[in-house]
Amino acid sequence: MRAIGMTLRAELVGAGGVVERNYYLTKRYIWWDLAWFFWTVANTLTIVFIAQGIESTGGQIDVNTVATSLLIGAVVWAYLGVLFEFLMETVAWERWEGTIEYTFMAPLSRAMHLAGQGVFAISYGLLRAVFLFTACFLFFDLSMPEANFLAAFLVLAIASISFIGIGVMTSVLPLISPEKGTQLGFVAQGTLLVVSGVYYPVEVLPTWMQWIAKFSPATYALEGAREAILDGAPLSAMWDEIWPLLIIGAVSIPLGLWVFSRGELYAKRHGKLKRSG
Amino acid sequence: MEAVPRRLDAAVEVDELRKEFRRRDGKRRRGERRVRVALDSVSFTMEKGETVAILGQNGSGKSTLVRLLSTLLLPDGGSARILGHDVLTDGRAVRRLVNRVSVEASFFKKMSAAENLGYAARYYGMTSKETRDKIPAILGRVGFPSDRRDEPMEALSRGMQQKVALARALLTSPVVLLLDEPTTGLDPRSKLEVQEFIREIRTTHDSTILLCTHDLAEAESLAERVGILDRGRLLALEPVEDLKRRYNAETLEEAFFAATGREFEAEGDEDEDDDREVFA
Repeated sequence: MRAIGMTLRAELVGAGGVVERNYYLTKRYIWWDLAWFFWTVANTLTIVFIAQGIESTGGQIDVNTVATSLLIGAVVWAYLGVLFEFLMETVAWERWEGTIEYTFMAPLSRAMHLAGQGVFAISYGLLRAVFLFTACFLFFDLSMPEANFLAAFLVLAIASISFIGIGVMTSVLPLISPEKGTQLGFVAQGTLLVVSGVYYPVEVLPTWMQWIAKFSPATYALEGAREAILDGAPLSAMWDEIWPLLIIGAVSIPLGLWVFSRGELYAKRHGKLKRSG
Repeated sequence: MEAVPRRLDAAVEVDELRKEFRRRDGKRRRGERRVRVALDSVSFTMEKGETVAILGQNGSGKSTLVRLLSTLLLPDGGSARILGHDVLTDGRAVRRLVNRVSVEASFFKKMSAAENLGYAARYYGMTSKETRDKIPAILGRVGFPSDRRDEPMEALSRGMQQKVALARALLTSPVVLLLDEPTTGLDPRSKLEVQEFIREIRTTHDSTILLCTHDLAEAESLAERVGILDRGRLLALEPVEDLKRRYNAETLEEAFFAATGREFEAEGDEDEDDDREVFA
């Protein structure tokens, strides 16, 4: 029992080490991160302006509602991008710095290593999403009288479990292909973008794409966030979104860890762990 | 070399260990790969607290051996055990017992020495409370100036970075320390300082040290036994004087030449990493 307790403690300390390392790196690259944040703001503004553009070209829409809906889509998309970026860096950045062999020869389990990476990614991503939403909200002076921000925040946090599972699966790609793996990770992100109704209702998609959308956690995260912000729905009224998120999370996390472990074994068998030169 | 019978008191047991890499060959048909044997049935044991140097040219299999012992590569045959734990089937236990210093002092370059050591120690279960005093102490022991502890690694010389790498490895109190060309590419002064520190580890720690090098003088002065690894085969592993006697040589260099039939080359640009599939 004592041995189990000691192991668990060491694992938690190790996961904390991953968070600590990412904190140091974020601190060192903070100005680059700020520049990247301004790019995200500009990109989000461009998307939200589409609502005003439709109206100015004769479209009969509720500009405030459409603009808010687009803003939610853009913020969730930016958040997803941050999560995937951090998880992809699990391998890609460490290989670039040359630290990957030291990380992979440490006695920390891969599950806790990736959990540490995920915890930091979620914390950083949610904080960034709040800033992004606030900046754009103020810019357009949008009206959200019914908004239940806490419920929107919580549904996004629940969805993050599934996002991390999918992100872990894609983060193994740089292990398999040091040259092209990172770019391939964008395939998963792009697939989620097109089927999940980020900027349009899922109902406009062809039937077969709507079927794929049912397996995307982003679909439920977006529906939940829109219900909470546009209609003021409480978390208790969003069970239709929460249970699929929990199921996808329960499947994607172990599946992601299994995929990563297979990739790690492949890399260790073929000497692909380290990329020098 | 003969297969080594299993011993309970050995720190490192390597038995018929084999590793091969496959790489694409432009001269062959599409999809066909050339197989290169990086380690060919290597066997040896190391006593607890012993220091063994493995001498070999670039591409001889030294780094492959270190990677196999640190669970970074999977063997294609044979076995390797650290204090009885198999590197293939009991990798986690092995990782607790082993640490490594490689030719490149790999760090997050924007982070300071203290930060790099801090997060690395957490991976071994050491809390910030445990490392608060230990990190400055160990950096002091390797001769790292305390006023540069918070500077980013990229501002430090290679010699200084290598000292931090040694500190990182020692911080976790490894039972087996794997040193893969720790002084290659260092200026003469840094080289001497690092060698002096390895000597100190030998006397003050009870670590078992495997030193892979192509520096003959380094191997001779630091190790109790020296092995000659050539094209993946361990040709001999004996005390230096026994090696000289075996090959009827006056110097270690002559013994190396007699064993391999090749001149010992100085530090070169080639690396056995070139044989890994990642470059195929």
